Amino acid sequence: MSLVLGSGPVIPDFGEGSSCETQNDFFCPGWVQDHWGDTLQPALLQHLKLTGIAVAIGFAIAFAAALLAYRYRRLDPPIGFVSDFLYTIPSLALFQLLVPITGLTVTTVEVALVSYTLLILYRNILEGLRGVPPSVREAARGMGLTAVQTLLRIELPLAAPAIVAGLRLATVSTISIATVAALVIPQGLGYPLYIGITQDVFKTEIVAAGALTILVALVADALLVVVQRAITPWRKA
Amino acid sequence: MIIFDSFSWGTFPDAIRFIGDHPGLLWDKALQQIGLSATAMGIALAIALPLGIVLGHLHRGSFLAISVSNFGRALPSLVLVALFLLVSTDFFWDNTAALVVLAIPPILTNSYFAVDGIDRNLVEAARGMGMRERDILRRIELPLAIPVIFAGIRIAAVFVIATATIAAVAGGGGLGDIIVNQATYRLSGVVAASLCVSFLAFAAAFVLGLARKLLAPRFVTSD
Repeated sequence: MSLVLGSGPVIPDFGEGSSCETQNDFFCPGWVQDHWGDTLQPALLQHLKLTGIAVAIGFAIAFAAALLAYRYRRLDPPIGFVSDFLYTIPSLALFQLLVPITGLTVTTVEVALVSYTLLILYRNILEGLRGVPPSVREAARGMGLTAVQTLLRIELPLAAPAIVAGLRLATVSTISIATVAALVIPQGLGYPLYIGITQDVFKTEIVAAGALTILVALVADALLVVVQRAITPWRKA
Repeated sequence: MIIFDSFSWGTFPDAIRFIGDHPGLLWDKALQQIGLSATAMGIALAIALPLGIVLGHLHRGSFLAISVSNFGRALPSLVLVALFLLVSTDFFWDNTAALVVLAIPPILTNSYFAVDGIDRNLVEAARGMGMRERDILRRIELPLAIPVIFAGIRIAAVFVIATATIAAVAGGGGLGDIIVNQATYRLSGVVAASLCVSFLAFAAAFVLGLARKLLAPRFVTSD
């Protein structure tokens, strides 16, 4: 029975734990202390990596797509339709639909996570660019800026608040969806949750991993608010 | 004992065959999932829709609407499903409660901002013409708010169907039962169930899009 799916953290052993653990109380700080190093910390780092890669790739694709749709308006409906289509597929189903093609790998998870960031990022970047007042754009061109200069110095800075708002949404929802990845690969904060649910509902593990996931989402959101203020100093609030 | 299927494009025709061979099984599981999702959506709508609309009409509670949606997004679905499992062991209501909590933020936030964002001049004009508050809400604000309200309901419905699938790990039943049980159903069954779940989500999105078009007055442009 040693050959089970993957090689993740070991199942909590109720037999040798403290009385809190054997009675499965709501939260045992001792367990968290003992298993931070072998369960929670690796899961946390994996989760950050999964999310970071997905948001970075998603942003690159969405940014390129939004620039194209901004330049060529006709491209907006098809790109919008595709990203909307991908967004509607339930996460667990999308993971499993990719398994026959890319296997039980990180690639499967990343492809799905990236596809969920596209809709939010694409819409926000495009709305941000379109929100630039035409008079401002005209003035920039009138002052002799080329199209590329106008984009880099005028349009993108003015669109920055909407773009960062999209990044916040995409990051927080990717952190959330990445927990589901644990049903495909033994990685991320979803894995201790999944183990906690499926094997003798072990409360401490569920509470600790759940709280950690929510904390990661809130901290990431707060960090992006700081980024937003730093890159748009002319905007107050 | 876990049987590892080979990963190949051939799984997709196998999955289609699986649907043909086990229509009854998939249908039963789909009905379970629709029941769970519909119950949760019904409760969430009953709570969030009136609250959002009334608060939007009064232009009060924007802080509530914003923080509910911010916090709601930070709650991972798997975490919610797991947390309710700690409170009680009635699988159906555990999962329903988790889904309700997930569905409320988009419905509440969208219905609040839909009604709150309506041109105040329109509402003032109606008031000046002697319309009662109740009629202003019913005949001016609600029709104008329908596109945004339905966008919120659509997001919630897709979200609920996706999460109801995940609820299978917490004994929620539904098509997720097949998806998390590859040992029994093989990869072809898992892919078949995934196709069915995706179909459910698209069907819900389509029906709600249609409802929005039918309910919104013709002069209201969508989105």
